[in-house]
Amino acid sequence: MASLTASAPVEPSGPRPKRIGPGRYGVYAFLIISALFFLIPLYVMIVTSLKPMDEIRLGNLFALPGSPSFDAWIKAWSQACTGLNCNGIHVGMLNSVKILVPSVLLSIAVGSVTGYALSFWRPKGANVLFGVLLLGAFIPYQVFLYPLVRILSMVSLYNSIPGVVFVHTIFGLPLMTLLFRNFYAGIPIDLFKAARVDGGGFWAIFLRLMLPLSTPIIVVAAILQITGIWNDFLFGLIFAGRENFPMTVQLNNVVNSSFGEKEYNVNMAATILTALVPLFVYFVSGRWFVRGIASGAVKG
Amino acid sequence: MANVSIRDLEIEFGNLKVLKNLDLEIQPGEFIVLLGPSGCGKSTLLNAVAGLLDVSAGQIWIGGKNVTWEEPKDRGIGMVFQSYALYPRMTVTGNLSFGLKMAKVAKEEIDKRVARAAKILQIEPLLKRRPSELSGGQRQRVAIGRALVRDVDVFLFDEPLSNLDAKLRTELRVELKRLHNELGSTMIYVTHDQIEALTLADRVAVMNGGVIQQLASPKEIYRRPVNRFVAGFVGSPSMNFVDGTLSVEGGNASFKLANGGLVDLAGYDFEAPPEHGRPATLGIRPEQIDLARGDASAKSLPVNLTLLEPMGADSLVWGDVAGTQFSVRIDGDAHVETPSKVDAFFQPAHASIFDLASGARL
Ligand SMILES: Nc1ncnc2c1ncn2[C@@H]1O[C@H](COP(=O)(O)OP(=O)(O)OP(=O)(O)O)[C@@H](O)[C@H]1O
Ligand SMILES: [Mg+2]
Repeated sequence: MASLTASAPVEPSGPRPKRIGPGRYGVYAFLIISALFFLIPLYVMIVTSLKPMDEIRLGNLFALPGSPSFDAWIKAWSQACTGLNCNGIHVGMLNSVKILVPSVLLSIAVGSVTGYALSFWRPKGANVLFGVLLLGAFIPYQVFLYPLVRILSMVSLYNSIPGVVFVHTIFGLPLMTLLFRNFYAGIPIDLFKAARVDGGGFWAIFLRLMLPLSTPIIVVAAILQITGIWNDFLFGLIFAGRENFPMTVQLNNVVNSSFGEKEYNVNMAATILTALVPLFVYFVSGRWFVRGIASGAVKG
Repeated sequence: MANVSIRDLEIEFGNLKVLKNLDLEIQPGEFIVLLGPSGCGKSTLLNAVAGLLDVSAGQIWIGGKNVTWEEPKDRGIGMVFQSYALYPRMTVTGNLSFGLKMAKVAKEEIDKRVARAAKILQIEPLLKRRPSELSGGQRQRVAIGRALVRDVDVFLFDEPLSNLDAKLRTELRVELKRLHNELGSTMIYVTHDQIEALTLADRVAVMNGGVIQQLASPKEIYRRPVNRFVAGFVGSPSMNFVDGTLSVEGGNASFKLANGGLVDLAGYDFEAPPEHGRPATLGIRPEQIDLARGDASAKSLPVNLTLLEPMGADSLVWGDVAGTQFSVRIDGDAHVETPSKVDAFFQPAHASIFDLASGARL
């Protein structure tokens, strides 16, 4: 009879012991290496932005700054030249915010209403309409640019913030509608029917019943739209007009200003400043984003 | 209280005709149960009455008014869904008062009606909770309450109890019956549970394939099913069916089994004078059979018993008659030998005979 020795198998009971095998180490190693790979450019940008030009000219890309200073940041913010004006990119930041806020609000508002209408009220030809909308999402933007410029100048919205907001709202519509339609497709139809029997109309059901249920998908939509619109270059350049250029366009002007020596530290600082908003959004909302994508956007 | 009248109703989804020329007259205050197998169009009919579906042809009248084109809220109906469909982000009070707020009822009146419904349904302690904090039975009560507060004339129930466990189902079934007695409103109730149908209904409409097969009192549905489908669908375990031919000699009808055996049918109430030689099906419910002759008017047929299935209060004995499966319900304490060959006694007056080809009652 086998006696109880150290080598005797342990009777399984309670939580299974966690074993970390060589496979696990491999996975971690891979993850750390890829994280480093993506972090190196960021590192270079940050250290460069903190060095004076003399130090940069030495060419030691990875060296830490000898005496870190924020001069380049201050210059990028308030003195860098974009074309003829030398007010820094904070002007662009303000413009970007002025474009971003109404565009995000409007595109989500319109997208949620169309998604709601398409999935619950099913107007005649809803599927055709939705198909056309999706098709619109796949046609390259460039095709629409010239006609849109003509249309906007006809209604005197060309070269203005409302004009660029309008464009962002229109181009956000397919994705926003898809997102909300699929989310609402996952809500039991009986809920809608019950509200109808209770006397709810189109808007009452939307505002009182559906919207309070939509938080997760609104967060996803907001993240997509904030990053998308903040990073936009083309529409801002074409539709906003010279005084309203968003930050991305001004960044480009700063970096490409062609007199004198290239001020790498200022360029790096300006770039980081421009990327700050999307970066912040990702850091704050990563968890929400994944959850929303998993629960609503992909399913259905 | 209002009557509901469905006239020549037709509903199709694309090419699929779900309801065909359906007529149904429901009296004020009546409790009607729509009973039928899955997919036969019960929910479709109910949704049409509620105004949640467009009809392809025909009319719907409620309380003497043609409501075929009316919005759901203008039909004077309340509906209770199988999935409860409670508004998730509202409290129980919010759920109950939503419809009244939509109808712009005054605040005091809303409070009064919510309080009354909560009292009737015994959900007063739950008023502040969200639906996710309620049990299945409590949710169902709230769903009923939502229809109740609106003071409607007609209640529509779509399998309201089917998500509940057996015990709760029995409890709520009794409560529903009491509620009906108390309110006296017209109720249309969809189910595929025949116990619910037989216990709750004033009249049962048995549906199949989008057609009402029989509309009659539960007793009549059980005793005198109009066709083989109704006979087989109602009753558990199902009615026994034995195929054979009718034989009429000297004014005396009997049933000829496939193996040549004759079963006397004296006492059976034929719808029309029987024809000799007509292929037919003899239907007898397991509970209508005795293994001992109790009464002089009882007739018999020979059964091979093969298996005993005790079920507590009574037992089922399985076997065959002339090669067709056959079951007999006997008292739980009674003892039978299996296998054995015995005579099964029944009252022809309680049996049913159907035409073999059309399935219609003869
Ligand atoms: N929106 C729809 N589009 C197409 N066909 C449908 C639709 N709704 C129902 N049907 C079809 O209509 C028929 C009747 O459906 P219905 O929901 O009325 O059945 P039911 O009797 O309520 O069944 P159950 O007992 O399973 O609820 C089914 O064959 C179903 O597939
Ligand atoms: Mg149904």
